[in-house]
Amino acid sequence: MNVLQIARITFLEARWRKILWAVILLGLAFLLVFSTGFYFMWRDVTRSGLASAVSVLEPVNFFLLAGMYGIAFLGVALALLISVDTLAGEITSGTIQTLVTKPLRRWEVVAGKWLGLAVMLTAFIVLMCAALMGIIWIIGDYVPRNPVPAVLLIVLEGLIVLTLSILGGTRLGSLANGVVVFMLYGLAFIAGWIEQIGALLRNEAAINIGIVVSLLMPSEAMWRRAAYLLQPPAMSAFGMEATPFGASSAPSPLMVAYAAGYVAVMLLLAIRLFTTRDL
Amino acid sequence: MLIETARLRKEYGELVAVQDLDLSVTEGEVFGFLGPNGAGKTTTVKMLLGLVKPSGGLASVLGRPPGTPEAMRRIGFLPEHFRFPPWLTARDFLDMHARLYGMTAEARRERIPALLDRVGLGGRGRSKLGEYSKGMQQRVGLAQALLNRPALVFLDEPTSGLDPVGRYEVREIIRELRGEGVTVFLNSHYLSEVEVTCDRVAIVKGGRLMRVGTLAELTQGANEVEIEARGLDGETLAGLARWGEVTADAETPVGTRKVTLQMTGDDALPQIAAYVVGRGAQLYALTPQRPSLEELFMRVMAEERA
Repeated sequence: MNVLQIARITFLEARWRKILWAVILLGLAFLLVFSTGFYFMWRDVTRSGLASAVSVLEPVNFFLLAGMYGIAFLGVALALLISVDTLAGEITSGTIQTLVTKPLRRWEVVAGKWLGLAVMLTAFIVLMCAALMGIIWIIGDYVPRNPVPAVLLIVLEGLIVLTLSILGGTRLGSLANGVVVFMLYGLAFIAGWIEQIGALLRNEAAINIGIVVSLLMPSEAMWRRAAYLLQPPAMSAFGMEATPFGASSAPSPLMVAYAAGYVAVMLLLAIRLFTTRDL
Repeated sequence: MLIETARLRKEYGELVAVQDLDLSVTEGEVFGFLGPNGAGKTTTVKMLLGLVKPSGGLASVLGRPPGTPEAMRRIGFLPEHFRFPPWLTARDFLDMHARLYGMTAEARRERIPALLDRVGLGGRGRSKLGEYSKGMQQRVGLAQALLNRPALVFLDEPTSGLDPVGRYEVREIIRELRGEGVTVFLNSHYLSEVEVTCDRVAIVKGGRLMRVGTLAELTQGANEVEIEARGLDGETLAGLARWGEVTADAETPVGTRKVTLQMTGDDALPQIAAYVVGRGAQLYALTPQRPSLEELFMRVMAEERA
């Protein structure tokens, strides 16, 4: 009950601070730009009426993955921005003192804040992905395969960043926390590329670097599995999966289970650190 | 006892913030906790609220370990450095905190306007906290501390930033709370405020409890008496030595003599009066002078550590 109350307050706080409106308006702007670009691309590709299925599929797939990657990145940025100050800032300013001296337990504060932000983040990613795929369906009459698992993986990517940021906020200041989490995300991003290139070149060492970093920070691996699931089999058949946003090597389902466990463990660790610290 | 500590201690590395504190606060009293900056007052309050974990010793608040939800349900707290979400109105802010106490919608509708009236913000409940002055924010903080009709209220510098009228109003609220049987634990730098509102006072210095008791108890044993008389000769003055030490002696513009006698206790006042008159002097005034809390505080601060 207290967890839900804190989650509600966290959600309302985002509304009071006009974060929700900013996200909605800028999300709509993103979709407007995407739909306009996709419409003109689609019109050009299909103008002659003689284009082959593969020559149409390639740019559609590229646009789909680019758009989904954009949402995934915005999701990561949003996860970081809405959470980086939530514990760290309140501890620094002292506002947390009036919260934790209410009749609730400290773990409820952490869990409630995480839940409120997670709901907000999930709603953003799901709605944006649904809208983007809807635009592609309406204009291009194309529905990617595995849309639901792919969207859930993008949500999981955002939750990894969100949870790490809340964990960092229990001990670090807002700025240091933001820098650490974003740099970890950047590390995972570059390691993901190294792994992909390693997979193309069949280089074991490069693949292993990617896997090790994914264990440390599994965010990018979730995107790569989502991209792999979204790509049509025809693209792989024609060896066209290695777009800048695609995935030539997909992390296994075991890595997804690891990432889900990673979120749970990081959240428990955040609770532990917050519960045992002086405020 | 509403609050009880035994050898309560907090260390930050080599720094001892609170040193083996033994404290008892009884139900219904206004307890003043005094000390200079860095004396360990706020750390003590934080330990009693479960915000800071003690390095040693024991503490019990409302019969329970500090910070447990069962205890916190009956406790109100106004922190020293209370920061407010500036985007919230006072009503929204209080509503948010009232929900955390599990108050029903009906209870919130009744309690919040009443509290805003009580702290003098009746007409400003719908203004954003960012538009409030420091004093108004402090009042909202006080209202927040009283939302749950607490049995015990911790007020850490409640009049900080308030103008004289605001300070007077807060003192009145503290008096009202005492009238309602609420126990108040008051941290304050304003000694005069503590002097007029508190039933008992503790003075801490360097993390150690230096004195604790009622004002009368604390000032006992350090009495002065001022004697104003005409015709006090040297022999009479020398005779006063049997009751204490003459620490001041001056002629007044109206031809009388004012003598200050440092003594222990008030018991000898009638004898001194009889002695002065018996020596043929005209006694105009015999005024016992207790040290103010401020004087006592300064005296304690000047004491070397044992």
